[in-house]
Amino acid sequence: MTDQPAGVAQEDALPPQPETVQRLRPTADLATAPPVVESGAPPGSGDLTQELLRSDQWTDQMLATAGIPVTDVPLVSVGGGIGSFVTVDYLRIAGVSTDRIKVLSNLDFAWQTYEYLTRVSQIPKPERIRSDSASRPDNIWGFPSYALAESVSERTFAPLWQVLVEPIFADYYTPKAGRVFAGLERESKRIGWNQMVVKGQVRMVRKRQGGGYFIILTPMAGSTSTKRLAYRAEFVHLAVGYPGLKFLAELQDFRTKHQDFHHVVSAYELHEHVYEAARTKHLVVMLRGGGIVASRVLQRLMDDRERHGLTTEIVHLFRTYITSSHGPNAWNRRKGADGFAYQGFNYPKSVWGGQLKARMRRLEGDDRATAYKLMGGTNTPYRRRWQAQMKQGRNAGWYRTMAGTVDEMRLENGKIVSCVKTPAGMVEVAADFVIDCTGLEADIAEHRVLADLLQHSGAGRNPVGRLDVERTFELRGSASGPGVMYASGATTLGGYFPGVDTFLGLQVAAQEIVDDLARRGFCRRIGTFRSIRQWLRWARNKQP
Amino acid sequence: MLPTLGGRIQTRLVLLAVVGGVVTLIIGPLLPISAPLSVVYRDTFVILATVAVLGIGWEFLYHFVMQWRWEKDWPTLFGLITAVPEGVLVWLLLRADLIPGIKGTVPGTAYVIDFAVVWLAVWLVANGPMRVPFIRWRFRGGRLA
Repeated sequence: MTDQPAGVAQEDALPPQPETVQRLRPTADLATAPPVVESGAPPGSGDLTQELLRSDQWTDQMLATAGIPVTDVPLVSVGGGIGSFVTVDYLRIAGVSTDRIKVLSNLDFAWQTYEYLTRVSQIPKPERIRSDSASRPDNIWGFPSYALAESVSERTFAPLWQVLVEPIFADYYTPKAGRVFAGLERESKRIGWNQMVVKGQVRMVRKRQGGGYFIILTPMAGSTSTKRLAYRAEFVHLAVGYPGLKFLAELQDFRTKHQDFHHVVSAYELHEHVYEAARTKHLVVMLRGGGIVASRVLQRLMDDRERHGLTTEIVHLFRTYITSSHGPNAWNRRKGADGFAYQGFNYPKSVWGGQLKARMRRLEGDDRATAYKLMGGTNTPYRRRWQAQMKQGRNAGWYRTMAGTVDEMRLENGKIVSCVKTPAGMVEVAADFVIDCTGLEADIAEHRVLADLLQHSGAGRNPVGRLDVERTFELRGSASGPGVMYASGATTLGGYFPGVDTFLGLQVAAQEIVDDLARRGFCRRIGTFRSIRQWLRWARNKQP
Repeated sequence: MLPTLGGRIQTRLVLLAVVGGVVTLIIGPLLPISAPLSVVYRDTFVILATVAVLGIGWEFLYHFVMQWRWEKDWPTLFGLITAVPEGVLVWLLLRADLIPGIKGTVPGTAYVIDFAVVWLAVWLVANGPMRVPFIRWRFRGGRLA
C-alpha cells in the first residue's frame, strides 16, 4: 500500500478502506489536474530531499544527509496483502527466520483488503469464493484441500463428492470465504507474520549505489521521530495488489456531474443501501458487466427478491453479449449463453500447472499478448443455482438482458436514464440504481510506487502493459548489483504465467521466487524431505 | 489434475512403480489365488508392468481427448473411471494369453481386486498426498524430472 496519489482528497468520513477502493473516487480530478511536482525537504529533516527525489540511484550518504534513519534487513516485501503473505510463508518454510524479513504494509492483517472486497462484492464469510479446492494460500502444498478439510470438520462427504464429480455432474467445489480467512489467521500466527510487519505506507523503492535497494516508508503518524524511514535490503518483493480500479467513463462522468455517489455505485465499494432500498419499494436496478462480481450482485438481488418477496426488476447490460460456445476452433471453445462466457475460474484451469502454463512460458511479445486475448475476456462460472434463478427471472420478466454500450446518462424524474447503443439502435433504460460490476483496472502508473519504479528503477512493461517480469518473477531491468527485485500478483499480469492474480498464482510466483532466492544463496531450496518435515509441522500447527 | 503429456507419463510410471509396487506387495498374499506366493507376485507384478507400459499409449489418447476441453484439465473423475477401459484391456490380453511372463490363468476375482486396489491407491495419492513430498509437481503438469 502506498501514499495517496497527488490530488486525492482525504475522505475523513469514510471508514479505513483499502487503497483500491479509495482510488475509485477521484479519477476525474486526476485526469484534469496538472501533475504535481514534489519539492524536496531540507537536508537533515528526516524527509525526502530534492537530491533523493531526483536521483535514480541513492548512496548511503544521501540518506544520512537527509536525516532519514536506515534499517538493514536482507529482504523486504512491499504490500503486506496475500501476495506478500504467500511469499513470506514459502520463505519461512524454506527456513528463513523472521528477523531476515520485513513486510511493509498499512494493512492490519494480510487478508484485510481481500476480505473487504469479497464482502462488499457480495461474498460474506458463509458464501463461497471463486477458487479451487487445492488453492490454499495458508498451505503451500494444497493438501489437505479445502474440500477434504471441510468434509472432516463438518463430518460430511458432500464436499469430497463434489470434488469427485466436478465439473461434469456438479459445479466446481469452492471454499467458503470464512474458512479461507480462518486458515490464513492460523498460518499467520504459525509463521510469526506480525513480527515481520512494519506498519506504514511505502513511498518508493530506489536502487542503492553499490547494490541492493532502499525502500522508503512513511510510518504511522506519531510512531517515529522522522517522517520517513528507510530500509536497506538486498532483495525486494513487490506485491502491491491491484494498481486501482476505475469506473466506466460514462458512470464516472455522471457521478462527477451530479455529485451522486449514491445511485451510481461500484460493486467494489459498500453499496448495501441499494439492497436496503429494494426492501422498502419497487426498484429497477441496472447491472453493468458480465463477470463473477456481476453474478454475485445478481444473486444477491435475486436471493433478496425470493427471500423477502420483493418486486425488484433487473436490467443487465453486457458490452459483449455471448450467445453460445465461442472460440477459434473445436479444441479452443469456451461455453457461453445468455450474455455470459462460462469458465470455472478466472482462467482456463491448466494455466496453473498444465498444458497452458507450459505453453505460455515459451511465448514472447505479440504471441503472448494474442494468447492472453484468446483465453481472456470477462467470464463467470456456470452455477446451477444461478441458472435456475435467472431462468425464472427471464420467464417472469423481472430479469432482462441487453447488449450494448452506454452513450450518455442523465437524471430524469429521479431516475437514471441510460442511452444504450444496441445493435438494433438506441434504447433508453430508466433505473433507480446503476451498479458497475465491470471491475476495470487502472494503469499500473496510477500506483505511486510503481510509477516511481517505472521512472527511476529501470522497470518496464510487458506486452499487456503491466510490470515486465522474468519467469522467476524478477522485475526485468531493475537488478542492482547482487540485489534483485521481484514482483508478483496483479501488477505482473501479461507475463510468462497468466494466473498471477489468484491464490494459486501467488503460490506459483512464490515458489519461483523462493527457488531463485535459493539459487542466489539467500535460503535453502525446499526439497522432498524438508517439504515432508515442514508439512508435518504445518499439520501440527508448529512454527516452521 | 492439470497434466501435460510428459507429466502424465512420468506420474503414471512413478506412481505405479512406487505406490503400485507397495500395494501389490501388501495385497499379494491376500488375493484369492491358489498358487505359491512367488507365482502370485510374479503374476501381479507382470500385470502392474503391463498397466504401466500400455498406460503410455493410453496417456497419448487421454491427452488427445483433453484437447477438446477448454480448461485443458483432467477432472478427478476421469482419473478414476479410466480404470474401466484400462482394466478391461489388460483382462482381455490376459485371457488371450498375450501378456508375456504369465503362465496359466489368473482368476477373475483376484484380478479385479488386484487391479482395483492398485488403481484406487494410485489415484488417491495423485489427488492429494503427492503434493507433500513434491511441491513443484502440480505446477509442472505432473512432471517429476
